[in-house]
Formats: sequence, structure tokens, C-alpha cells
Amino acid sequence: MSMEAFYIILTGALVAGSAALLGSFLVLRKMAMLGDAISHAVLPGIVIAFLISGHRESLSLLIGAAASGLLATFLIELLHRKARLQEDASIGISFTWLFAIGVLLISAYTGQVDLDQECVLYGEIAYVPLDQISLGSLGSGPRPTLIAGGLFVLSLSYVIISFKGLKLLSFNEDYAKSLGVRTQLWHFSFMAMVSLVTVLAFEIVGAILIVALLVVPAATAYLLSRSLIPMLVLAVVLGALASFGGYYLAVALNGSIAGGMVSLAGALMLITVLVLRFQKAKANPKALK
Amino acid sequence: MSTEGQLHRAPVLEVHNLSASYNRKPVLWDIDFRLEGGQIAGIVGPNGSGKTTLLRNIMGLMEADSGYVKLFGGDLKDVREKVSYVPQRESVDWDFPVSVREVVEMGRFRSRNLMRRLKAQDQDLVDQALEKVGMLEYAQRQISQLSGGQQQRVFLARALAQNADLYLMDEPFVGVDAATEDAILGVLSALRNQGKTVVIVHHDLQTAYQYFDSMILLNTRLVAYGPKEKVFTKETLQEAYGGRLTVLSKLSEVIAQSEFPVRERGFKENTGSGDGGA
Ligand SMILES: Nc1ncnc2c1ncn2[C@@H]1O[C@H](COP(=O)(O)OP(=O)(O)OP(=O)(O)O)[C@@H](O)[C@H]1O
Ligand SMILES: [Mg+2]
Repeated sequence: MSMEAFYIILTGALVAGSAALLGSFLVLRKMAMLGDAISHAVLPGIVIAFLISGHRESLSLLIGAAASGLLATFLIELLHRKARLQEDASIGISFTWLFAIGVLLISAYTGQVDLDQECVLYGEIAYVPLDQISLGSLGSGPRPTLIAGGLFVLSLSYVIISFKGLKLLSFNEDYAKSLGVRTQLWHFSFMAMVSLVTVLAFEIVGAILIVALLVVPAATAYLLSRSLIPMLVLAVVLGALASFGGYYLAVALNGSIAGGMVSLAGALMLITVLVLRFQKAKANPKALK
Repeated sequence: MSTEGQLHRAPVLEVHNLSASYNRKPVLWDIDFRLEGGQIAGIVGPNGSGKTTLLRNIMGLMEADSGYVKLFGGDLKDVREKVSYVPQRESVDWDFPVSVREVVEMGRFRSRNLMRRLKAQDQDLVDQALEKVGMLEYAQRQISQLSGGQQQRVFLARALAQNADLYLMDEPFVGVDAATEDAILGVLSALRNQGKTVVIVHHDLQTAYQYFDSMILLNTRLVAYGPKEKVFTKETLQEAYGGRLTVLSKLSEVIAQSEFPVRERGFKENTGSGDGGA
């Protein structure tokens, strides 16, 4: 394995692991499309940050993205709780609206600024090894890999510390409230984590990949698991597997690496569904029509 | 339970002029009643009459348009430890990857211990609760592998693990067979015998008369409340259930049956401690 391949796969696996940990709770809370929503909703924040700072330096874009990611979360909550709209409708409205504002801003300033949807929305995992950063006496390493590592450690710590709360909230939010648990606070801490992972991963691996990584390995693990901790572990493993296999799939086909990873994650899901159906059919031949 | 004790007993649950709505459509209108402790009370009414909404309002899960609720003479947030809520069974995903035991453990979760491990004494309460509903041997099962009646038992066990004084349960008898029904009734009357209060949302008129000491008859408005004999009249039921003659024609039959129960439940003594009036 070349050094480039190693870094790309490792970065993909670390991002996939973070996404799988949080995505599992998104799936359990039936909010799987929230990653998609946030990844669209960050666009106006990125554009505004760019317009203010005037360059594509990543920290300011990141702050802008995080701010509009959280704004989307608040907006969804506002529409859901105060306007009493259904949750999926609130999500749909919030993110399309914010995304539209972003598109409007880009088109209004086209020509004046070097920014287009392509470069904002599609970070490219293939470029990971190019972005080297010096680590002093330790030599140097790719910056995205380091960020992805930090992200994974953060996500893992968050899930371990918040495990009981996340379990309670995901299973039965009303009951959690009846126990006096401050569910809003838990909800926003969770959303902040999802926003952070989405936005950071966004820059490292691109939008399509992160949306898929939030949902697909977690949903596959959900189908295969009877208890929560094995589900989380399995989701992380499946994410890493998609990163590893997807890279070589892309190399073999001479195609996009992100595309390879998403395709492989999808293929793993498909195999799971088929195997489960086959097993069910064997156990109970009449259950299948 | 002495009559004297009852005279001095402060109401456990008071609902004052409560109105609530969904999307501006009124679902509860000016509900006002008091409930004394140490009894099993039923909130009874047809589908869509606002029973679940009433319970959710009592538990502070939705905002009322007007009116207020008092529990043990105070605010819910001051007496949370004494109140246990059992949501409608369909309100959760039973394919969720947790075991029976993990669900019952949630009855010991509190805001302050969410980031810590449960203590040994919490685990003991969980064991006892599982034992009381006869689910100890199923403790390690995933909840998707339970029957409807077993799911109801799990919810009941979770409430018991809370060790509360007032239990508010939404339709705990839906989807249970006769054996589970008896098991649940046994647990409930044991609670009452300890002086605790159980409030149950129930839509089946046939069994309501047997199960409850007092009743709150609901149909968006409060139709009647008090001891079951007072509430269960042709007039009040007609008001609550409208002109559904099939229901009404069965009424006399139901009461007659209840007077001479076929099955022994250890449950038929009437404490009649509900507040009169309405
Ligand atoms: N989330 C909601 N949004 C809008 N309307 C609702 C909602 N929940 C309940 N309603 C409406 O409020 C009314 C009362 O509902 P509620 O669930 O309190 O009735 P219920 O007495 O518990 O009925 P059931 O016996 O079917 O459980 C119904 O007309 C219902 O359609
Ligand atoms: Mg209901």
C-alpha cells in the first residue's frame, strides 16, 4: 500500500467512524436525513464567511459553516416546537431555505468572487495526502488526517460520556422529559456534534460522502444488531470497511474515491438486506410474498 | 384505608380549568377535577376524546392554552420523583436495539445520574420490578422479541422501578391477554394497598367498571367524575359516547356482570374514595 493510499483510507475510516457513531443515533431517532439537511444548510454560512474574509482560508469558512449549521438546528426546532410543524417538514423547509439563500448569494456575487458550488460542496478525499502539515520533531503528516483523528476521538468520547442520555432520548423522549431530564439541552449538544462532524468532514471528504457515511453504515448496523453497543461498533467497522474497499474499488475502476466509498457502503447495505430476507424466507417460507 | 384518613387526605392530582389544543383545534376544554390518593382511577372516553392529551398536559409534555395542574399540592418539577408516567405502547419503536432490562433500568435514570453508572440499589429495584411483572426470565431479550402483552409488562416494570407515589398510565390494557390483564391488575391493586395512586387511561367501557374505583369521563369536556357508580349512568355515558346505541345497550349488562364478577380478581372491593361533584 502506498503512503497516499494509506492516508486516504485512514482519513476516510476516521471520518466514517465519527459519522457512524453519531449517525447511529440519527437513525435510531428517525432523523437520518438531518446530516443531509445540515450539509446543505451550511452553504450560506460558508458564502458569508468567504465574502467577509475575502479568501478561502478554511478556519473562517468553518466558523461560518458551523454557525449556519447550528442556525439550521434552531430553525428546525423552532418550526417543530413553536409552529408545531412535523419534524420532517421542519427539516425539509429549514435546509432548502438556507441552501437557497446560499445559492442566491453565490449567484449574486459570481464574477466578483472565486467561489462556486462545486468547490464549496465537494471537498475531495483524493487530495488528502497533498495537504501536509509539519509536526515539529515528529516529521509531517496530512492535515486532514489529523483533523479526522481529532474528530473521531471527540465523537467517541462524546458518545461514551453521553451514552445513557442518548439511549434514553432516542428510545423515548417523552419519558425522558417525564423524568425531568433536560431533553432540549441534550438535543442541542447532540445536534452541535452532528453539525461539527458534518462541517469538518465536509471539508475533508466532501458533502456526498459525509451524508452517506452518516446514514448508510449506521442503518446497516441497525438491521443486524439486537443491542446498542454492538450496533455502534458494527457501524464503525462497516464505515471503515467502506473506506478501505471503496478506495480500491475506485482505483480498479479508475473512478472517484468518494464515489467508490459510497457505492461500497451501499453494496454492504444491499447484501445485508438480501441476506436477512433470505434467512427470514428460510425460517418462515410463507412470510415472503 | 380508614374513612378518617380519607377525609383528611389532600388531593394527589388537581386539574384546574385546563384547556388544550392542537393547531388551534380544541382538544380539551375547561377540564376541572380533583383526585384523592390511594385509589385506582380511570380516565375514560371514546377515541380522540383527549385522554392522552390530558395525561401529556399533566406531565408537562405539552403547553396548555389555559389552566394549570397541581400534583401533591405543588408544581410538577418539585414532585417529579413521586410521579411516574407510562406512555402509550405505540409511542415507541419496539425494534429499538435494547434489552428488556435496559428499558426497565431507564426507570432509575435521573437528570443527575445520566452520566454515571447505576448503583447497586438501583439494580435491585430493577430486579424487583421485573419480578413483580413476571418478566425476570426475559430480562436479556431484545424488546422486539416480545408479545404486545409482554411489552406492556415491560413498561409497567419501568414505572414500578421509579418507585413513585402516583402512576399515570396510558392504555396499559391494550393488546394484553387475560393472563397479563390479571397480572397487571394484581400489580395495580398492590400499589393501591400501599396507599399509592394509579390513574389509567382506558377506552373500553366494558372493563372500566370492573377495574376502577373512580372515573373521569371525558369527551373534550369533562362529562362526569367521581365514584364509578355515580359516573356510570345512562345519561353521562350517552353524553360522552354520543348516540352509540350498541355501547349503551351493553351498559346495563356490564354493570350487572360487574356486580357478580365471574372471575375472582381480588379487586372488586369498592373504596369509593373519588371526589363527588362535577
Ligand atoms: N400530535 C397531534 N397533532 C394534531 N392533532 C392531534 C395530535 N395528537 C392528537 N391529536 C388530536 O387530538 C384529539 C385528541 O387526541 P388524544 O390522543 O388525546 O385522544 P385519545 O382520547 O387519547 O384517543 P385514543 O383513544 O385514540 O388514544 C384527536 O382528535 C386527535 O386527532
Ligand atoms: Mg390515547
